[in-house]
Amino acid sequence: MSKRSFYDEMQDATGGVRAHYKAYADWLVEMPEDRLAQKRAEADALFHRHGITFAVYGEKPDTERLIPFDVVPRIIPAHEWAVLERGLKQRVKALNAFLRDIYHEQAILKNGPIPAEQVLGNAQYRKVMQGVKVPGDVYAHIAGVDVVRAGEGEYYVLEDNLRVPSGVSYMLENRKMMMRLFPRLFSRYRVAPVDRYPDILLNMLRSVAPLGVTDPTVVVLTPGAYNSAYFEHAFLAQQMGVELVEGQDMFVEADHVYMRTTRGPKRVDVIYRRVDDDFLDPLAFRADSVLGVPGLLAAYQAGGVTLANAIGSGVADDKSIYPYVPDMVRFYLDEEPILHNVPTRMCRKPEDLEYVLANLADLVVKEVHGAGGYGMLVGPAATKAEIEDFRDKLKQHPERYIAQPTLALSSCPTFVEAGLAPRHVDLRPFVLSGEEMQLMPGGLTRVALREGSLVVNSSQGGGTKDTWVLEA
Amino acid sequence: MLSRTADHLYWMARYMERAENIARILDVNHRMSLMPQSDSQAEQAWGATLRIMGLEAPFHTRYGDITAESVLDFMIFDAQNPTSVRSCLRAARENAHAVRGTLTSELWETTNATWLKMRDFDSDKLYDEGVSSFFEWVKFRSHLSRGVTLGTMLQDEALRFIRIGTFLERADNTLRTLDVKYQLLLPAGEVEGGSADFYQWSALLRSVSAFEVYRKVYRDLITPARVAELMLLRVDMPRSLARCMKEVFNNLRVVSNDHSAETERRAGLFEATLRYGRIEDIMREGLHNYVVQALGRVQDLGNRIADDFLMPVSRPALAA
Repeated sequence: MSKRSFYDEMQDATGGVRAHYKAYADWLVEMPEDRLAQKRAEADALFHRHGITFAVYGEKPDTERLIPFDVVPRIIPAHEWAVLERGLKQRVKALNAFLRDIYHEQAILKNGPIPAEQVLGNAQYRKVMQGVKVPGDVYAHIAGVDVVRAGEGEYYVLEDNLRVPSGVSYMLENRKMMMRLFPRLFSRYRVAPVDRYPDILLNMLRSVAPLGVTDPTVVVLTPGAYNSAYFEHAFLAQQMGVELVEGQDMFVEADHVYMRTTRGPKRVDVIYRRVDDDFLDPLAFRADSVLGVPGLLAAYQAGGVTLANAIGSGVADDKSIYPYVPDMVRFYLDEEPILHNVPTRMCRKPEDLEYVLANLADLVVKEVHGAGGYGMLVGPAATKAEIEDFRDKLKQHPERYIAQPTLALSSCPTFVEAGLAPRHVDLRPFVLSGEEMQLMPGGLTRVALREGSLVVNSSQGGGTKDTWVLEA
Repeated sequence: MLSRTADHLYWMARYMERAENIARILDVNHRMSLMPQSDSQAEQAWGATLRIMGLEAPFHTRYGDITAESVLDFMIFDAQNPTSVRSCLRAARENAHAVRGTLTSELWETTNATWLKMRDFDSDKLYDEGVSSFFEWVKFRSHLSRGVTLGTMLQDEALRFIRIGTFLERADNTLRTLDVKYQLLLPAGEVEGGSADFYQWSALLRSVSAFEVYRKVYRDLITPARVAELMLLRVDMPRSLARCMKEVFNNLRVVSNDHSAETERRAGLFEATLRYGRIEDIMREGLHNYVVQALGRVQDLGNRIADDFLMPVSRPALAA
């Protein structure tokens, strides 16, 4: 094997197996390779039958694809997880404090390191939330923080997803699938269970009900069956035992929200919404939206209903705000950040732009408001023409882009056509914030299935793995 | 339960039942077409099938002459025909998909797997291997859905709306099937009560899985009045109108709400007239007229149930 320039989750630099993968490697030796292929085929068939699929935008309406599932687990040792857990909780706590602050006193803009126009001029900043009190001062109830590993114990946060982060259903389904395919493997490891997630989510949602509501009714709001993440919306509603509603199922009367049932209207107290801010209320945001509920914002502002996540949370996970998150940790918590930020150049700054233009071939350039791996440039993997194309875009609208060094994402053995081979992975753990904060020991590991690729998004040919956090 | 959820459950069940009934009606016709008959008789019989389903006009805008193959194509595979087996199975699956969280995973998987298999059916291969096995398959998938529904679903409102959908659809189809006989002409030279007549009535019984039932119940010759009695009034016959309305009425009473009283009254009245009805009176009035009138009552109940319980929502049109 040629010398690697990146960290591998299973093998150390000399090709030896790391301690926490030892039992797996032993098991693998006993397992004939065609057996793995057979297990993967079995997993595909099961996922298809269960309809665990996602729609890909821009393809034919009939197209429902599987997210490829890889049968090799991504294993995280207990001591590393302990650091991650503290770091993630610290970060989300600071992000919630930031959101509360900018929608109230704005201390960080007055006395802190963030230029006010960066927040107040941001498209994700919602002026309508100014002064609105939300239960428990929690804005980002569900956060899916994307983390990558660069070296031994060295984790970087790539993105804080605070709007409608998805993927948790795959965390749960992947675990179920692994247990079904390889039951005996689980006797060799103490893998922390994740299946309580729906209970913990429901408890968290109930804990942020409007003041005075003792037995809150919780619902999940979905854009509908044609949304790419519909499977997850339906899954979570079912697992929590709550109604899965669409905008058309609800109406607002006297600052309260009701759903239409076969027995008449029923009051709704907490909405776990999987619809973006813009589409929530045609009276307040996009008038052409049919996904929302007219009057919802007014009911929310009046405290008649709780939305999770809060309207306006997106300003804190915006790529132009991201570089300031470590400052938020220091400002609000008076602590040093445990998790690293990826050093980020903001192309709106002339000196940064100059540097980025000179080093395009080595950098990853992202749209400030982009998501899903669309509209980004991975310098080292791009052709000359692609780079020149991006150079023009950058010059035209520098404020729309940020740039980061190409991180040497860690790799993990993955079952591909040619057998087991290293592929790059990231990790999305889920942090829940209600009355208290909780983090599931696990998350969604996404893997870039193409050799050498660093893009793990499912819309761009990424797959998923089960993520094992080992118990101490 | 959400009105929209109830609506999807109700339509999921109706479409699955409809797929089964289309398969049954086509199967009968297919079997009859294997009997010695002239081309014009065959054409007439396939035409009657289209007529009872109200699909003559759409058929003729898309196809030319009526042949067994063109009607089967239209009724099984044609994605443009909302009443093809394919479209029904797809619609059942789409409705299930929209409320998959309300279904047990077994029921969702059954419905989904049925559609996936249907999507991959190859029409050429089907005609080579014989369409009867396809019709068997459709019937068994529908049996399976129903069995999984009863065997796994909690006996709550969700199940009630599924059952209402199933039996309202079945009532409609039983009535239409009975009307086939009215639409069919006897071959030249044949008389009522003759062998061709017998054959048509027995095919009709087979289409509702009632040929053996008939023998068991009447132990006698097949006569039109008895066939009609079996299909309309025998409450112990699972596909009869009387059984369907009894199920609709009983399930309606469980989901009753503040404004559904009139719908329940009409369902109850209909059920009672079937329970206490006599076949002699119906035959005197004329079977065809009775069927037309009963179809109207079934439709009226469907409309009222939609108004009382199911939010009228504009569903995106199914793409081809």
